[in-house]
Amino acid sequence: MFQSIYDTMIAGQRYVLIFQGLGVTLLIAICAIIIGTILGCILALMKISDNRLLRGIGTVYTTVLRGLPLATQLMIFYFVVFAPLHLPKLLVAILAYGLNSGAYCTEIFRAGIQGVDIGQTEAGRSLGLSKRQTLFKIILPQAVKAVLPTYTSEFIVLIKETSVASFIAVMDMTKAGDMIRNATYNAWIPLLTCAIIYLILTLGLTKIFDIFEKRMARSDR
Amino acid sequence: MTDEVLIKVSHLQKSFNGGRNVLEDISIDIRRGEKIVIIGPSGCGKSTFLRCLNMLETPTGGSITFEGTVLTDPKTDLDKARQKMGMVFQHFNLFPHLTIMQNLTLAPVTLNLKSEEEARQIALNLLKRVGLEDKADKYPSTCSGGQKQRIAIVRSLAMNPDVMLFDEPTSALDPEMVGEVLNVMKDLAKAGMTMAVVTHEMGFAREVADRILFIHGGVIEEEGTPEDIFDHPKSPRLQQFLKAIL
Ligand SMILES: Nc1ncnc2c1ncn2[C@@H]1O[C@H](COP(=O)(O)OP(=O)(O)OP(=O)(O)O)[C@@H](O)[C@H]1O
Ligand SMILES: [Mg+2]
Repeated sequence: MFQSIYDTMIAGQRYVLIFQGLGVTLLIAICAIIIGTILGCILALMKISDNRLLRGIGTVYTTVLRGLPLATQLMIFYFVVFAPLHLPKLLVAILAYGLNSGAYCTEIFRAGIQGVDIGQTEAGRSLGLSKRQTLFKIILPQAVKAVLPTYTSEFIVLIKETSVASFIAVMDMTKAGDMIRNATYNAWIPLLTCAIIYLILTLGLTKIFDIFEKRMARSDR
Repeated sequence: MTDEVLIKVSHLQKSFNGGRNVLEDISIDIRRGEKIVIIGPSGCGKSTFLRCLNMLETPTGGSITFEGTVLTDPKTDLDKARQKMGMVFQHFNLFPHLTIMQNLTLAPVTLNLKSEEEARQIALNLLKRVGLEDKADKYPSTCSGGQKQRIAIVRSLAMNPDVMLFDEPTSALDPEMVGEVLNVMKDLAKAGMTMAVVTHEMGFAREVADRILFIHGGVIEEEGTPEDIFDHPKSPRLQQFLKAIL
């Protein structure tokens, strides 16, 4: 048992591959959530604006990017959209995940904003606050609190979905596990290692976000 | 009450999304200091009328003039006009993410009408006036319905409005809390505030109103002093309405 773990993971310093893969996984997820959040804020504001063109753009964007399977999107971005630019694979993966996450963030934020009771807007406007002031001082602070659970779970989904990046041969953690399997003919030790690390990541983050949300909720009392 | 007309409504008409007219043709002059109470059966358009006054609903016809400003003119700066028109809602609509003090100071400070310090002082005085100064640093979730509505009233007063609009301010309250809110409104009336109140509290209407409007079928079916309306109703529909509620 220990011998076979040693042979597959430690010998030839193959565990380093796993850690490098983990680094790539986290890098993609973190960069993508940052891009996705910024994009989501902009597109959500577009989707709730009075301007039909802006609303239309937002709707097309979210419909298309949420309607296609992630692996298909990733390949379209790599082999079609960004192909003329000859960008590094990792960068393409980050951009593709960011653009995709942007569509989900948009819907999360839009639902959060529109979920705030209309009476809040009416109260703000009847006090003489402008639409903008009402949005920023009254609606958004409440929306942020409301979307936090779905937003954090979007990040966790993103971490898991990065495993699809191997479709364009990005060396994420799943790919690293797979390479060790190929080199050693041992499937379960490297893949189990990956699985355990994914679980630690997702469970750990869920726990941290839970604590964070409880803190936020308490500030209401 | 003075002779100066504060709000002039002429031939106001309102329909929603091209449907039938909820308000058919309503004209009324509200004078400074006057207390108007609006009554009528459920769904007759009382809220719609009140919400047209501060343009929370956009009228589909007619005009509304407030202190010489034509609110129904698309070029009018509504935000500016609304600063002088307080509104109190059935469901309070306090800002749950802000303390009571912040609820009161948000608008005056954001609109640069008062410094933070001035606004706090004014807010504290207003809270004292309704006996809730100890709630200043608490959040709305810690207040009872009656307390929330009293806070909502002084939140509007913090803007120093020239008129206060009330849409069924006691309808969402437990019966034992209705009195405390009506008392605040009565004090406000005594202090000379111009008020337009939609309510089912007929005792309040009788005591406070200068004029009562009975809305039915999208028009002011009958209007008059509390004595006219309650003791000598002329329209059969008003008679029927009063029989049903009294
Ligand atoms: N935003 C809206 N969209 C469509 N119809 C509406 C809207 N608001 C009100 N209405 C309709 O207009 C009519 C008048 O509504 P309104 O709320 O003004 O009545 P009300 O007299 O205040 O009734 P209540 O005593 O129940 O509060 C109703 O038939 C209602 O369905
Ligand atoms: Mg109503």
